[in-house]
Amino acid sequence: MTYGNALTALADPTRRAVFERLSAGPLSVGEIAAELPVSRPAVSQHLKVLKEAGLVRHEADGVRRVYEVDPRGLAELRSWLDRFWNDALAAFKAEVERAPQPRRRKKTR
Amino acid sequence: MNAPTAHLYIEPVRKTIRVQAPAARAFEVFTAGMFRWWPATHSINPTKAPIAEIVMEPRTGGRWYERGADGSECDWGRVLLWEPPRRVVLAWQIDAAWKFDPALLTEVEIRFEAQGAGVTEVSLEHRKLEALGETAEGMRAMVDSASGWSELLERYATEFSPR
Repeated sequence: MTYGNALTALADPTRRAVFERLSAGPLSVGEIAAELPVSRPAVSQHLKVLKEAGLVRHEADGVRRVYEVDPRGLAELRSWLDRFWNDALAAFKAEVERAPQPRRRKKTR
Repeated sequence: MNAPTAHLYIEPVRKTIRVQAPAARAFEVFTAGMFRWWPATHSINPTKAPIAEIVMEPRTGGRWYERGADGSECDWGRVLLWEPPRRVVLAWQIDAAWKFDPALLTEVEIRFEAQGAGVTEVSLEHRKLEALGETAEGMRAMVDSASGWSELLERYATEFSPR
């Protein structure tokens, strides 16, 4: 599931830093490496993980590859909570609209 | 996507439903009556005791916690704003692994707007979700258990819903 992958990818602080740089706008590998205390190959590796998690994308721009945030990745990141609240609110609505007596079950233990 | 600042941002989850009840009752069921609709099987109590009660202390700054059948208490978060019967804002400090984390802060705001004639519009916003990204390992566990959640709640809703 992409959602889990996205969060796992962002758990790494360096990778998170790379991702946050990109949230300000598209950058090349070299530009990211220049801003962080990380080598180019390491940045490339982090970008690869972020790309596999659906968080960033790139356009092949000759030899210079420019990366940017893939907005679809963040959409999936929150989809679990979206579903959770749908279900929880449906249960809430059902309870509110039940017959007026407030007790649904006895406390047996 | 040129954000002015370089911070991770996740769009809040927003939901709106209408319920056939006055705002005061909707508010009461959501807060004091949370135990009656929240799935009791999904306790986060480390003692694994079944939930005996979900307590939301009715004041700004109040605690929000579950009490287990063994008497233990396990925090979920706290009340950031208490404005009955129109609004409550909760700090949801349950991380992705369904554990209380005092360092985690996401917010859930619930508004209750009377639409007249015993109808209330309930709007929910769960925001500051980017904080969850910092506990990613646990979040995976939450996702893995998602089907269990959905199934249970859907069954519950269809059983009781009048629609």
